[in-house]
Amino acid sequence: MMKNVQISLVFVLIVALVFVSIPANAQQSLTIVWAEWDPANYLAELSKDFTAETGIPVDVVQIPWSNFQDKVFTAFVGKSDLYDIVIGDSQWLGRNSVGGHYIPLTEWINANIDVDAIYGPAMTAFAEYPKGTGKYWALPAEVDAAGYVYRKDLFEDPGEMEMFQAKYGYALAPPKTYAQLRDIAEFFTRPEKDLYGIATWYSKEYDGITMGFQQVMWSFGGAYGDAESYKVAGHLNTEDAVKALEFYTDLLQFAPPDGPNYYWLETLNAYTSGKVAMAMNYFAFFPGVVNADTNPISHDKSGFFIAPAGPKGHYISIGGQGMSISAYSKNQDVAKQYMKWFMQKPVQEKWAQLGGFTPYKEVLQSDAFKQATPFNEAFAASFPYLRDFWAVPEYAELLEVCQTNWSAAISKIKSAKEALDAIARKHEEIFEDAGYYDE
Amino acid sequence: MSDYQLKMAFIMPTMVLLILMNIFPLLWSLYLSFHRYKASMPTAAKFIGTRNYTRLLADPEIWGYFQTTAYFVVLAVAAQFLIGFGLALLLNRDFRYKGFITTLLLLPMMLSPVVVGLFWRFILSSDNAGLLNFFLSPFLKSPIGWTTNPKVAMLAVVIVDTWMWSPFMMLIALAGLSAVPKSLYEAADVDRASAWFKFRWITLPLVSPLLLIALLFRTMDAFKMFDIVYVLTREGGPGTVTETVSMNLYKLAFRNYNTGKACAMAYLLLVIIVALSNIYVKYLNRVKGEA
Repeated sequence: MMKNVQISLVFVLIVALVFVSIPANAQQSLTIVWAEWDPANYLAELSKDFTAETGIPVDVVQIPWSNFQDKVFTAFVGKSDLYDIVIGDSQWLGRNSVGGHYIPLTEWINANIDVDAIYGPAMTAFAEYPKGTGKYWALPAEVDAAGYVYRKDLFEDPGEMEMFQAKYGYALAPPKTYAQLRDIAEFFTRPEKDLYGIATWYSKEYDGITMGFQQVMWSFGGAYGDAESYKVAGHLNTEDAVKALEFYTDLLQFAPPDGPNYYWLETLNAYTSGKVAMAMNYFAFFPGVVNADTNPISHDKSGFFIAPAGPKGHYISIGGQGMSISAYSKNQDVAKQYMKWFMQKPVQEKWAQLGGFTPYKEVLQSDAFKQATPFNEAFAASFPYLRDFWAVPEYAELLEVCQTNWSAAISKIKSAKEALDAIARKHEEIFEDAGYYDE
Repeated sequence: MSDYQLKMAFIMPTMVLLILMNIFPLLWSLYLSFHRYKASMPTAAKFIGTRNYTRLLADPEIWGYFQTTAYFVVLAVAAQFLIGFGLALLLNRDFRYKGFITTLLLLPMMLSPVVVGLFWRFILSSDNAGLLNFFLSPFLKSPIGWTTNPKVAMLAVVIVDTWMWSPFMMLIALAGLSAVPKSLYEAADVDRASAWFKFRWITLPLVSPLLLIALLFRTMDAFKMFDIVYVLTREGGPGTVTETVSMNLYKLAFRNYNTGKACAMAYLLLVIIVALSNIYVKYLNRVKGEA
């Protein structure tokens, strides 16, 4: 009898604990999902202030880049409430707004956020869909751009400078054009010394080669298509775009042998191991470059420059992400409270101090921000030139076609013209299937 | 409770699980394969008849993926068969540390394919960190781009899959070899039969049913090759040189969320695997009859 009473009491206690504790936690916590990289660590650090102010714990879940999109979208398709805030790529806006996975934030933003204080192009790239309509689905969290790091010790070596001047007829300095970039990459390529000119993105993984090549394509005069009519043929497969792709393929000879596999991690590793003179990456990945622990070879010998201009323009791949609220979150009010807190000037100042690339105009343009790291100045200088991939709901299909065909072109399986023709044809098929050409 | 009720009580949980986890998804995906449907979009599935199938079958790129897969299956399964059977013949005798060596040889197939893909990524790297190129460097002018050169990338995938799955062939063949009665070899010895004669007329006929089962499993599994390609050649690169049907199916289903089309492609794959399995099973029955 006594034993039965004890068992019953334990059972009642467990049930009571389950019913009391779970709802309390569910109401009082916030889960933010982001890719696994330094800015996510900074955000986790920053969020401690939010917890201190409100008592609401914030969990920043980090997913490796290569699985980031797949994992988040799978959660969305399953209508999972696993994540409250999603810090997703700019290209995700179309799919997740039309698909009903992000909640609309237009009214809330207009009522609660000082939109004028946010850098305009960032608001357009990371928050607005369709572009130019003033409909918001996110707030910019991290604004990023593709940029270059270079070995100052090599570039400023008198012997190297003299040899370069003699060979190319101009002074060795960070390149301003892609033609100069090629010369410098060629100059420093010395396989016998395990030194190569450049490491840039050629990988078929996720958006690797597309983010690396598209800025070259734009700067050579190519384009993805017409943003109004969604026509691609005649925009993407032009003579300019062919020249750009041939240039990018040619550049590969100055990359390390494993260059065709290089994505952000391999590019960073190649630079920090002293294998290359220059490396392209998103600025948000550069904290590791100036850290003596992760880059003992050249942490104090690294300079930074913005992506060069091409013969027909100057464009740079935009990076960074916007902060959206999952439609399946049970903590949407807490999520809004967090986003309002995040967009305050003092919080943005601390965000920038920690290493985050703030979208807050005043902080972004301040001298304190530009001098906070050795790469912030080049990052800020990149802003006027930023451009993005398609942000339509079909972006993943469009991206996949680009990845496959550009990878085939740099591997010489297809010629540049064949690859661009194939992309143009496939992209128009995708737009046609999705009804973009319907009257 | 009657005997019938008792039987049902035991069977029903399994039946319910089977229906929920296997039969229902199978039928549901068949239904979706005739619809235009994207799981990531709120729009309802729209019936489009056989359009998904006709578009897939008319797409030369899809046939390219099937061709790549077939090429991989033939190379990988043949290599695994030869190496696995060869190892089994070597191990089918008594020697010191036989158990330990057999266990060591079995280790690769116990590892996760993603882990295998990751460490082979480092072994096959064409930068200096690549172990294989390092060992080959005295004989090479420049490192081999195992995963970057379109001419050798498929070979790299075959090497990794063979390293991982030859032990499976070995295990099954070893089981078959150890079941061959010793008396047959003794009788052959009395008749002064050659080693080749014993292998051709005793070993092979008695082991072949098991070998065919191993081949069947490996062929079915190789046709579904995904994980090693995903990790090792970065989603089937360079270009589409190592992009198998399953890799493309994954992109179609979980990256593009073209759910209807992905279901149709999965059914095409299913039909091919079932057809291949039937050929094997028929041949297996014939071999068993002969044996």
